[in-house]
Amino acid sequence: MSSTQSAAAAASARETTEGTVYTVTGGDWDEVVESATRADDERIVVNMGPQHPSTHGVLRLILEIDGETVTEARCGIGYLHTGIEKNLEYRTWTQGTTFVTRMDYLTSFFNETAYCLAVEKLLGIEDDITERAKIIRVLLMELNRMSSHLVCIATGGMELGATTIMIYGFRDREMILDIYELITGLRMNHAYIRPGGLAQDLPPGAVDQIREFVKKMKKNLPEYDKLATGNPIFKARMQDIGYLDLAGCMALGATGPILRSTGLPHDLRKAQPYCDYETYDFDVPTADSCDSYGRFLIRLEEMRQSLRIVEQCLDRLQPGPVMVADKKIAWPAQLALGPDGLGNSLDHIKKIMGTSMEALIHHFKLVTEGFRVPPGQVYAAVESPKGELGVHAVSDGGTRPFRVHFRDPSFTNLQAMAAMCEGGQVADVIVAVASIDPVMGGVDR
Amino acid sequence: MSDANGTNGANGSSNGVNPEKDLSASNLPGQRGQGGEEIRVQRGMFGADNGGDTSGYGGLVRSVRLPGPANRPYGGWFDEVADELEGALEEQGLLPENVVEKTVVDRGELTFHIEREHLLRVAQTLRDDPALRFELCTGVSGVHYLHDKGRELHAIYHLRSITHNRLIRLEVSAPDSDPHIPSLVSVYPTNDWHERETYDFFGIVFDGHPALTRIMMPDDWQGHPQRKDYPLGGIPIEYKGAQIPAPDQRRSYS
Repeated sequence: MSSTQSAAAAASARETTEGTVYTVTGGDWDEVVESATRADDERIVVNMGPQHPSTHGVLRLILEIDGETVTEARCGIGYLHTGIEKNLEYRTWTQGTTFVTRMDYLTSFFNETAYCLAVEKLLGIEDDITERAKIIRVLLMELNRMSSHLVCIATGGMELGATTIMIYGFRDREMILDIYELITGLRMNHAYIRPGGLAQDLPPGAVDQIREFVKKMKKNLPEYDKLATGNPIFKARMQDIGYLDLAGCMALGATGPILRSTGLPHDLRKAQPYCDYETYDFDVPTADSCDSYGRFLIRLEEMRQSLRIVEQCLDRLQPGPVMVADKKIAWPAQLALGPDGLGNSLDHIKKIMGTSMEALIHHFKLVTEGFRVPPGQVYAAVESPKGELGVHAVSDGGTRPFRVHFRDPSFTNLQAMAAMCEGGQVADVIVAVASIDPVMGGVDR
Repeated sequence: MSDANGTNGANGSSNGVNPEKDLSASNLPGQRGQGGEEIRVQRGMFGADNGGDTSGYGGLVRSVRLPGPANRPYGGWFDEVADELEGALEEQGLLPENVVEKTVVDRGELTFHIEREHLLRVAQTLRDDPALRFELCTGVSGVHYLHDKGRELHAIYHLRSITHNRLIRLEVSAPDSDPHIPSLVSVYPTNDWHERETYDFFGIVFDGHPALTRIMMPDDWQGHPQRKDYPLGGIPIEYKGAQIPAPDQRRSYS
């Protein structure tokens, strides 16, 4: 390119009363077409996304293609970065749950639990968490595993053009979201699991509704098998696509269904149990095909296992407290919906306003200032539907986190995209990415 | 710690407070013990550190201490891992005390603080030695200890051994003036994006990384947002008639 052309392609600046205004000129379509025709090969670089319906949110795939073959694939991420980790450093430890629940918004309860496990480990109160709180955490996490897998299977099917499986998936997920709404008041972004236990106990009718759901889900789950598992088109699109073997998974740090599709039954619920998972009866499904189809089968089987765990949780539930007894950590009120539509506890207000000045001061300090966490650092990990969700939390002894880092499985697993896609067809990129199941809220945080 | 308090004593006594005496008194509430490693001495309250604090808390002195080095035995399988690591380092002709700066056992977790020039060798050993076999790295997390002079930037790695079902932590520090730490991508390729993220947010330069570029922030961004001297930003907003300041301008209690 001549020097005059490159000068024309640069942005020129002029000063206005509003400040410096840059004008981007040059690079006309004529020139682009001309240079493309001058090129002597078929090499084309395609930007897939960030606004593309089948790339799961704002994921940008940069593909170098030769005909229909992908010769190089790269990811562009960061379009949904919201600075949650930085924001956490300016709120109390309890307020943190409200932020972390928004990271991977399809696995809210896992984010909250992992964060709370880390805070509880820093406080040294793991052994004080009540039985009922632990059971409800497991219950919600397993429901959440199902709702996350349902979205993965539904959207993955839709990207193949199978809209029926999409309708099925979202139909069943809706039932789970209704349960969330009954229990936490919200369909997403719950902030229900708190350091020390839960925000509230289960409302009346929740257990019955979950039992009803389990019954319906047992009837609905075989429909996915009938519709997809043996379907020749489905198999032709998924088998041997997105191949990543055990060595690749280890090198790239891939966990979750991707790792288990290589035949290694690694599941933190079994390997490093938390929330008493060792007392539940369930299996860790694996496949040995290392491909998208194997991951689909694993997700389907994991939903069946989650149903088993949910049933065991319901059988175990006994009345009892859902928050630690330590008044320096637990918020004092048991909230009920007041006439103003806000949560209030009239008995508690009567007590602190009428009879106990000390309780009023304590409440005020606990809510505005928060509790102090002894200095140190911990790592807490849970098995999220996507893999190992790790939280590295550092405290300097203050009422706010000094640093919280989330090792999100979507972020790590997405690195495997290039290894899975290069050398394959463009259409198979979609299938491979769908089998990774990345959620950009978790990738970018 | 006595050094830090000794040098700061003159400052504090102008308030009628003698930090050295008061900190060592045993009848004070919130005593955090003398163990551990001091990373900061905090004064006053409510984040008022530029004078003009009329809260009456200006004389407060708080020593921020992280858990310090542990002594043998560490307990459980921790000793086994430490022995194997030291043995493997000696086989390679390295003195373990030159490589492992200190070993911390806290809250049931084992942390090796590694000198940065030996990080790559240690990671390679931890991954490949059959008795250690930490085959899965869960990435790197940066921490910025702004007041810990000479070792402000920390890179923290969690290594998981699926073979032996263990988890350990490696911690490496670098000063702000020379923010270089060797890259682990050649040993654990998964660290590619994690190191880019830590570079993006903390400005730690991972030497040997194949393409150390920003990953979350725009390519032309100035500064590294998760450093402690980088403001959170935000604007004051009005709620029910009151002006609520931006989150990083609000009163803090620590």
